Amino acid sequence: MAREAAVTELAGPRLGWLDRFARVFDRYLLLIYTGFAVLYLMLPIFVIALFSVNDPIGRSNVAWRAFTLKYWLDPFGVPGLFDAVATSLKIAFASTVVATALGTLIALALVRYQFRGAGATNLLIFIPMATPEIVMGASLLTMFVAIGRPPFFPLNELTILIAHIMFNISYVVVTVRARLVGFDRHLEEAAMDLGANEWATFWRVTFPLILPGIIAAALLAFSLSIDDFVITNFTAGRTVTFPMYIWGAARIGIPVQVNVIGTLIFLVAVGFVALSVVLGRRRA
Amino acid sequence: MAPIDVRLVGVTKRFGDTLAVDHIDLEVESGEFFSLLGPSGCGKTTTLRMIGGFEQPTEGRIELQGEDVTWLPPYRRNVNTVFQNYALFPHLNVYDNIAFGLRRRRVPEREIRARVAEMLRLVELTGFEKRRPSQISGGQAQRVALARALVNRPAVLLLDEPLGALDLKLRKQMQVELKRIQQEVGITFIYVTHDQEEAMTMSDRIAVMNRGRYEQLGDPESLYERPASRFVAGFLGVSNLLPAILDGTVGDYAVARLRDDTPVRIPRGQTAGLSRIEVGVRPEKIRLREPDEPVPDGHNTLTGVVRDASYMGVSTSYIVEIRGGARLTVYEQNVERATRSELWRPGEEVRLSWSPDHTFVVPVEDDRSSDEEVPAA
Ligand SMILES: Nc1ncnc2c1ncn2[C@@H]1O[C@H](COP(=O)(O)OP(=O)(O)OP(=O)(O)O)[C@@H](O)[C@H]1O
Ligand SMILES: [Mg+2]
Repeated sequence: MAREAAVTELAGPRLGWLDRFARVFDRYLLLIYTGFAVLYLMLPIFVIALFSVNDPIGRSNVAWRAFTLKYWLDPFGVPGLFDAVATSLKIAFASTVVATALGTLIALALVRYQFRGAGATNLLIFIPMATPEIVMGASLLTMFVAIGRPPFFPLNELTILIAHIMFNISYVVVTVRARLVGFDRHLEEAAMDLGANEWATFWRVTFPLILPGIIAAALLAFSLSIDDFVITNFTAGRTVTFPMYIWGAARIGIPVQVNVIGTLIFLVAVGFVALSVVLGRRRA
Repeated sequence: MAPIDVRLVGVTKRFGDTLAVDHIDLEVESGEFFSLLGPSGCGKTTTLRMIGGFEQPTEGRIELQGEDVTWLPPYRRNVNTVFQNYALFPHLNVYDNIAFGLRRRRVPEREIRARVAEMLRLVELTGFEKRRPSQISGGQAQRVALARALVNRPAVLLLDEPLGALDLKLRKQMQVELKRIQQEVGITFIYVTHDQEEAMTMSDRIAVMNRGRYEQLGDPESLYERPASRFVAGFLGVSNLLPAILDGTVGDYAVARLRDDTPVRIPRGQTAGLSRIEVGVRPEKIRLREPDEPVPDGHNTLTGVVRDASYMGVSTSYIVEIRGGARLTVYEQNVERATRSELWRPGEEVRLSWSPDHTFVVPVEDDRSSDEEVPAA
């Protein structure tokens, strides 16, 4: 505001069209840009949500016909969908818990201690993130087939879980490590100085302070797991996860229920983000 | 004599090739305000951290109230620390920060409430219970850190430059405050600082450290009046040092001759066992007179030329060049010569004199490299 006033004063009444354009540009450019970016990001999701209340004829849900809530009232009304969603949630949950626990410990070790192989570990952590999923999926399949006996072969939920934990660990380590790097070691010394042993120091001081990083890592791991298709497809065998179900259904026409579940997942994710923002505000 | 609270026996700490602490023997008495004073990197923090249990000595033994604690973790020692950056827990409010130690020891909540309240009163922060560390000022954070340590009633409180982050005015205020609190609670304080004035005003005894050892240990007055080495003389205030050779005695005094043969008297006790010496005198002990003015009997006297005068309000600081080229610093209270026009002027010839009792002696050190660390006199 003050700046604008100053500009007006300086330029006086002889404000040329160029200046006027520059001012408008100055003021609205960010707004316009942001608007487009948000639109770009949200449009596909909006379409999914919109078509979850469509009532199409036949199998193809691509043309708007009429509003209905019947698919929302019966979201699992197509065979196999419930099992696929349940499998995905189960795997996402288990892989998140295991990867977050292991990844947090690895991050702690990497930041806190100097040990032989620390450099190599740092590098290895990046490999699952850098490798194309298709390569990783194929090599996992090769490995499981080579082992050739239960519980790894025939492929099943366990093999999917192993694959998901593997790529999730990398993301957890990177996220938690970022939080640990700025951590003031004197805080832990202060805790010990005040009579807390190693266990109490971790749970009373270290853990609460890195918890935001751990939560962020867990959310990331969960979302990576629940929508993974490529690696899952290689390691699933006869198991069907939610993304695989959609892939299979797409050939004959995606049932409206898929849009319902997709919208639900999106809403839950938005809910989590909103919750973390609210909690963060209250804390500050 | 008061019982010994902390005893260090031959304590050495190496970090790879760095010798941070070099065979220190130290005894701190119960109830004492003891300071470790020294320049940056001399090993003060390392010494303190070994007493606190955050580092293990490479060699030697540490005893707390007679018990060998060398290998005990911090949480098994009856000492508490005030860290240089305070290290308050950012996720806990002031009350929970102070209660942290008591909770670890399973003190009942009712007693915790009473003791935290008492501490907050002591550090004058009643009403700040609910604030987060990010919501209080530096001086307040410092006092919370102090309360958090003291509430546990440790045998010894360790403080590592606790006032280092505060501005000068607040620092002075907190020095008085800290001293008051120490006297009120009667706990042994081991205080690390590189500020000589701070150490002098607060301490009962000071160990002046240099390169992992302490060069001298004593009360502030004896350290100032009779420094035992060049380093101590230079680190605690300003001192004038002149090379001299011992040459007989007169009554209670030993006589040393300066380079130009001028005799200087020194209290006899100080010269025992020394051969090559430097005689020293503090700038405020020297009086300046007209060259022909008489000097009290038996005083040490030199003549010289004023080279520089800086008026400082309370006093004036002169640089006087004596015969042989050495330059002495002299402080004169602005009493007899109160206005600027009355001060000695550069170029004027003056007579310097001081009582022989104010003369001290330091040995000449062969290790000349240590000269670099002596602040300019
Ligand atoms: N963890 C460490 N690893 C390696 N060297 C260290 C370590 N801690 C201290 N040192 C070295 O030991 C010496 C003494 O360090 P210390 O921290 O005790 O100094 P200080 O007297 O506290 O100095 P300051 O006034 O700057 O705080 C220094 O040379 C320092 O570099
Ligand atoms: Mg230090």
